[in-house]
Amino acid sequence: MVTRGFSSGRKPPTDADARIPPGQYLEQGFPVLSAGPTPRVRTEDWSFTLKHGPRPIKTWNWTEFNALPLTKMTRDIHCVTAWTKFDTAWQGVLVDDILADAGVEPPTGFTLALSFDGYTTNVPTQDLTAGKAMVALLYEGKPITPDHGGPARLLVPHLYFWKSAKWLNGLQFTERDEPGFWELRGYHIYGDPWREQRYTGDP
Amino acid sequence: MSDGPAAQSPWQTMTISRIEKRTPRVTSFFLEPSRPFAYRAGQHVDVRLTAPDGYQARRSYSIASAPEAGETIELAIERLDDGEVSPFFHDIAAVGDEVELRGPLGGHFVWSDSDGGPLLLVGGGSGVVPLMAMIRLRAARRSAVPVALVFSARVWDEVIFRDELIDFHDRRDGFDLVLALTREAARRPADYSRRIDAAMMEQSMLRLPAPPRFAFVCGSNAFVSAAAQALIDAGVPAGLIRTERYGV
Repeated sequence: MVTRGFSSGRKPPTDADARIPPGQYLEQGFPVLSAGPTPRVRTEDWSFTLKHGPRPIKTWNWTEFNALPLTKMTRDIHCVTAWTKFDTAWQGVLVDDILADAGVEPPTGFTLALSFDGYTTNVPTQDLTAGKAMVALLYEGKPITPDHGGPARLLVPHLYFWKSAKWLNGLQFTERDEPGFWELRGYHIYGDPWREQRYTGDP
Repeated sequence: MSDGPAAQSPWQTMTISRIEKRTPRVTSFFLEPSRPFAYRAGQHVDVRLTAPDGYQARRSYSIASAPEAGETIELAIERLDDGEVSPFFHDIAAVGDEVELRGPLGGHFVWSDSDGGPLLLVGGGSGVVPLMAMIRLRAARRSAVPVALVFSARVWDEVIFRDELIDFHDRRDGFDLVLALTREAARRPADYSRRIDAAMMEQSMLRLPAPPRFAFVCGSNAFVSAAAQALIDAGVPAGLIRTERYGV
């Protein structure tokens, strides 16, 4: 339906347009969204646990986790509230390297990301491995601020950004695809921005 | 996975039936759905505008009306000069125009009288909009749940829904309005003329008969960060605080 009187914000096509998924607009800032207050997690209190169901596989403290191989990832990110930001520069530990350090292969096809504030979000395991995702520790070379999920957040840049859980403290392998916090509250179970999977029921 | 009715577009056309200026920068648009639209207080909608060349812009807006208000839904939209959707509403949209909406959306920043209270609401600027839906729901259902709203605005004339809020307050039926004006002197005896802080939160909670069961905070990111921290410093457990941040 054409909206009366609404004129196009479209400019001549550029290389940038091909990087913006449907329904998104380009944002220069870095908006902050979260369901509750910002947790202030001190690195001395921080830990990260890899779990299979309720059973811990391995736990790292901040020093141990920072001793794992650091990888740089510069990616476009896409928030379900319709902003896209280009070339966000992160450094962190690939999920592959976490698994290698724990000496395990992924035991199940589904993973739940767990956060200090109780937030959860589900991601198929294959979307986290093969270099696709990391636990980010630095943004633009500096520690990630609490607003943006520091000390550590998940980074799964090819899915809508609510999947990149802030204040991460663990990854839990699950037998089934278990909906997380927003997935239980009307958001899509998978969240591919290129297929515009924003809300429950989107194809 | 497919459940529920297929093939129906999640978007529906709504017709603007009334436009009411609320403050110099905020105007309410009343919309008539074309098919049944059930929602909860605190939820939002996505609005989509389409240009003749197919270009689309979409933004999220909170619903200001209570579900009790009937079919019509009210969006109170602040004009952002560098935006592309809010200037359309403020400068072009007229009664009779149709726009496309999707929703209702959001299942976390919601409240109903059956959820109980007391309720502490903290809004900054247009962040009051989803809180207004909760306050109106309470009034429409003649609920006895105690509610305090701490509403921060720059000046008296930018207090959205001011007359209606003062009217609710004056009923003395368990709803208390506290205004915090950041760029003007307070006009009501118990109001403040400063930014929200922990002391203000502590004093405002004394207006409730018991500590809040839920706190809802909505506004700009900077406002929500400061207000949520003020609540925590005033002793409200973080797990009771629900936030909604207006993106940029």
